[in-house]
Amino acid sequence: MSQATSRTELISKTALTYILLVILSMLCIFPFVILIINSTRFHSEIQKGFSLAIGSAFGQNWTKLLSDKNIPIVRALLNSVFISTCASVLTVYFSSMTAYGIYMYKFKFRDVASNFIMIVMMVPTQVSTLGFIRLMQQMGLMNSFIPLIIPAIAAPVVFFFLLQYMRSILPFDIVEAARIDGSNEFYTFNRIVVPILSPAIAVQAIFAFVANWNNFFLPLLILNSKEKWTIPIIIAQLRSADYLKFDMGQVYMTICIAIVPLLIIYLLLSRFIISGVTMGSVKG
Amino acid sequence: MSRPIAAKKRKTVEYTRWGYFFIAPFFIIYTVFALIPLISTFYNSFFETYRIGLSQVGPNFVGIQNFISVFTESKIYIYAWNTVLLWVLNFIPQIAVSLLLAVLFTSSSMNIKGQQFFKTVIYMPNLIMASAFSMLFFALFSDGGPVNSMIVNAGLVSEPIRFGSSVGWTRALICIMNFMMWFGNTTILLMAGIMGIDNSLFEAARIDGAGTGKVFFRITMPLLKPIFVFVFITSLIGGLQMFDVPQILTNGSGNPDRTSMTLIMFLNKHLASRNYGMAGAVSVLIFFVTGALSLVAYRVTMRGYRDSGATN
Repeated sequence: MSQATSRTELISKTALTYILLVILSMLCIFPFVILIINSTRFHSEIQKGFSLAIGSAFGQNWTKLLSDKNIPIVRALLNSVFISTCASVLTVYFSSMTAYGIYMYKFKFRDVASNFIMIVMMVPTQVSTLGFIRLMQQMGLMNSFIPLIIPAIAAPVVFFFLLQYMRSILPFDIVEAARIDGSNEFYTFNRIVVPILSPAIAVQAIFAFVANWNNFFLPLLILNSKEKWTIPIIIAQLRSADYLKFDMGQVYMTICIAIVPLLIIYLLLSRFIISGVTMGSVKG
Repeated sequence: MSRPIAAKKRKTVEYTRWGYFFIAPFFIIYTVFALIPLISTFYNSFFETYRIGLSQVGPNFVGIQNFISVFTESKIYIYAWNTVLLWVLNFIPQIAVSLLLAVLFTSSSMNIKGQQFFKTVIYMPNLIMASAFSMLFFALFSDGGPVNSMIVNAGLVSEPIRFGSSVGWTRALICIMNFMMWFGNTTILLMAGIMGIDNSLFEAARIDGAGTGKVFFRITMPLLKPIFVFVFITSLIGGLQMFDVPQILTNGSGNPDRTSMTLIMFLNKHLASRNYGMAGAVSVLIFFVTGALSLVAYRVTMRGYRDSGATN
């Protein structure tokens, strides 16, 4: 093989790679471009057909959506933010606590406890939903946020990631030193361990927030009054209503509200989030 | 919690017990909100409990009647088949594209620029709310939607395609969405795997005159196997739980003709209509299927984890 052919081969391969990457990127971006453009257009404009021009109805679609009593979007937004924030804070704090308990203390049932969590990590939550709903009915917690927040304390997957992170980063010496200084164990955990773990905690908090924000299956079964709805339930309501009667500008605006806030957060933190994807699952 | 720390001699014993305090919240919450409900689900699957109008029937103990009914009266085979089909049809292109991208991204001879940008873009759909994403696709591919408007204007078709009434198109849309949501994630995982392979192995192979294809099949793939299997099985388990995308796209019906009704959609239907006996039987079946697959996943990932732990 001569130098020249291998060189042209490499150039053409590189070019093909970029073409493939651009096509895939466009596939990922294009639906969101249409979404944002259509949210700025009037219903009549959208009905006429698609165009790439940005319309002038953004303000109107926005105010119309906010004043629509059948779609309590502001309330749903607040509910979603509240549930996701509480649940993700509980998830990361208590998962760090559990991981620390397993990592730091050699108590009698340590291996049993950690193996138990590893096993239940694989049980899909949907299969116990029936029992969960019946329990919530008995406890009078249907149509309440509690069933969507409190169970977040037990998050096996987050526990697993944080335990892995702890094993790679947290030295026993620091904890020993704190003990010699007379620090109480919980104080040591809160003031020394949590700050050391903060990069991993932040990544896991973002993933937990996103998972709760997007959660659809359980809220759909638990929340049944309008003022308790979260964003995904609004989307389901939108879908099950008579679609043709809707103002399409408003439909796109609703989807925008569900998607765009997280999109902005993602774009701001993308480097950080992407580095978190491989945490725990692959030791690269 | 302000108990003073005991004398030096008993120190280790004293500290060891703290472990229980740290893990207690997890175990209490897990028992109440997951373990007891799981047992209750199994228990309920042996009872006839449903609603007709406003009147409640049961609970009456019926043995395994619910399980028999699931297999004889409902079309659970078809729903299981739909679920597997929808997963396979997104996973094959997903793994192929992700492997290709991971190899291209990590290729030192090509030295692809703008990696961070491309990674950011291809991972993006993974964080999008699946239900909203599905609603967006429903709107885009509706009879008078933007996609039809574009393909008609471009002269590709003479009249709008009715995507929602076609079995093939509905399934294809679900697969495209799942593909878009997961190929970026898979690419990033596989890239991390490839970058973990000792670079001298690639160099040695190249010096020995191995081509790109040979390097891929003889070095990259075998060494990537643990991560590959991890991706495969976690994707399969995730695929069995497929719900949001087909639920929203088909408004919970799985139409046309229930060809895109998944197992979890079927479960949701029974839960929503409060047919708890049937819902219990379906849950138990899903539990055992995923349980068997998870066991394999657990073994494989833990082996991969131990291996990597040993080399680090």
